[in-house]
Amino acid sequence: MDKFEPWSEPRAREIISRHAKREGAVLPMLHDVQHAFGYVPEPVIPMIAEALNISRAEVHGTFTFYHDFRHEPAGKHVLKFCRAEACQAAGGDHLCARAEQKLGMKIGETTADHRVTFEPIYCLGLCSVAPSAMLDGKIYGRLDEQRVDALVSEAQR
Amino acid sequence: MSTRIYIPGDAAAVACGADEIAEAIAASAKKRSKEIQIIRNGSRGMHWLEPMLEVATPKGRVAYGPVTLFDVESVLDAMLGDGKHKLSHGIADEIPWLKNQTRLTFARCGIVDPRSLEDYKAHDGYKGLAKAIAAGPEKTVEEVTNSGLRGRGGAGFPTGIKWKTVASTSADQKYIVCNADEGDSGTFADRMIMEGDPFVLIEGMTIAGISVGATKGYVYIRSEYPHAIATFTDACEAGRKGGVLGKNILGSNYDFDIEVRTGAGAYVCGEETSLLESLEGRRGQVRAKPPLPAIKGLFGKPTVINNVLSLATVPVVMEKGAEFYKGFGMGRSRGTMPIQLAGNIKHGGLYEVAFGITLGELVDEIGGGTASGRPVRAVQVGGPLGAYFPRAFFDTPFDYEAFAARDGLIGHAGIVVFDDTVDMAKQARFAMEFCSIESCGKCTPCRIGSTRGVETIDKIVARQDHAKNLEVLEDLCNTMKFGSLCALGGFTPYPVMSALTHFPEDFGATPKLPQAAE
Repeated sequence: MDKFEPWSEPRAREIISRHAKREGAVLPMLHDVQHAFGYVPEPVIPMIAEALNISRAEVHGTFTFYHDFRHEPAGKHVLKFCRAEACQAAGGDHLCARAEQKLGMKIGETTADHRVTFEPIYCLGLCSVAPSAMLDGKIYGRLDEQRVDALVSEAQR
Repeated sequence: MSTRIYIPGDAAAVACGADEIAEAIAASAKKRSKEIQIIRNGSRGMHWLEPMLEVATPKGRVAYGPVTLFDVESVLDAMLGDGKHKLSHGIADEIPWLKNQTRLTFARCGIVDPRSLEDYKAHDGYKGLAKAIAAGPEKTVEEVTNSGLRGRGGAGFPTGIKWKTVASTSADQKYIVCNADEGDSGTFADRMIMEGDPFVLIEGMTIAGISVGATKGYVYIRSEYPHAIATFTDACEAGRKGGVLGKNILGSNYDFDIEVRTGAGAYVCGEETSLLESLEGRRGQVRAKPPLPAIKGLFGKPTVINNVLSLATVPVVMEKGAEFYKGFGMGRSRGTMPIQLAGNIKHGGLYEVAFGITLGELVDEIGGGTASGRPVRAVQVGGPLGAYFPRAFFDTPFDYEAFAARDGLIGHAGIVVFDDTVDMAKQARFAMEFCSIESCGKCTPCRIGSTRGVETIDKIVARQDHAKNLEVLEDLCNTMKFGSLCALGGFTPYPVMSALTHFPEDFGATPKLPQAAE
């Protein structure tokens, strides 16, 4: 089962209109569109602009500013590794390199078969149980080599 | 009679398997035909013991931890039987680490059911708001001002003064904005409050709303905190049903409601004006001040923008009075600070204590040194924009001014511990790199300076024109410090210069570098 819906303009319009009366609605709109489709398809930008009576440039500017919003679908599984200081202090660099080696790619990339997207994240607030990671929205702390290997295998499934 | 078992739903516990353990405990109890009630409480803050389970007994709550899936059967045996278990820590409240704290802001965190308004009220909740309603707006602002409470987000600006400015500015609409964009590495206190005691934040925001004449509040929570968003949203819903949000709060003439907004992964949105831009639906670019948000804030209206901890501390200030709160602390740092111990540390977690405790006590005694067992070499206090302190500075008391005097900052009170394997040049480079990734791009010193900083540190490490590039780096740091619009560019020099000043050997320099500290 796919987690996301296939692109549908009427569906996008419905999501956008849900927020149209809210103050500062752009972020909630983008979040919900991405939640539905897995990314923010390009036709959404003019649709939001029209709904809020602002320029496309303004919506595009907002969309591109934030790390969370995707321009294209991510891999089937998204593995995020915390790369901030507390996780670095607890051996995160070494574990990240290990995951990169196992996945055969650098952090920030998606595998060619579109199975795994491996991304950095700057702090999950799990700094007291560092190093930490997130796989498909589920969080993991106290990572060690064994747990990283398990996470990578899980992501490759 | 059913047995009450507490299994934290706090993200730190969940990341260590608390959800699976809760399921296993429920299944095992069912198999034994024992009636139990599982409460997903917040965390008590002893994160090395997470998942820490507790069972209610006539003598008090008995703690077991860290529990793994393998321990579930035996722990449940103990909980339902004589209580004997190798993971037992006895009565939770009597554990010295917890007992020695002064828990004011975190008084209820880990104790109550975060989604239950009744439980919150049963633990002295809404006494502060009742007092604020009785006292009226002016007296409430006065009380908060007199308590000496300062902004817990990092800047340390007196909360009462901010409120007074908003209260005395007239407008048809005013806002309370809660900054829950806790992006600093090494900090998780805001997250813990939202997951463990969300009503204290709701109560604090409501008191702020009544005090300044605002009827609407926004909480901007970072997207990296899905558990906090879920718990806090549920609590708001329960609050509306329970008459503590919406019209005629607690039967008074005051109205106040809260909307939760989710960030989108931009660190700079923790800066207040950038956060306001983001709430308005734009790029999170910093605004030039003045005008202050207190006068022209969200949608151009007078806005109180406070950190989670500042707002969550207001109820206890109102309940127990300014004098009580002011009685804790040192110098101009009044009250208590929820300090977060993180990184390579044996006893990581949340430790709330009066200002004045030294850095050394926190790291060596309370934190128990490193988790790796190697010597502590450096600690970073205050997140990615905080200075790295060497052991020589461990006598620094936890106090806004004392840290500033040593070219550091307490920020949001996160302490990240590093052992002797740390490469400080690498940490300095990371500080610049992080700034370049997260810069909003509005001002040149931050946008360009951070990229040049990374390049310059690379040259220094490669011994390329070593002396000259050290000078360039220092000059660049000064430009960023004095020329940036906000704290991102302005404070990135703290970790960089402190690393260079206190650990010159990592940069291939002799320890007699020019004194960077003014």
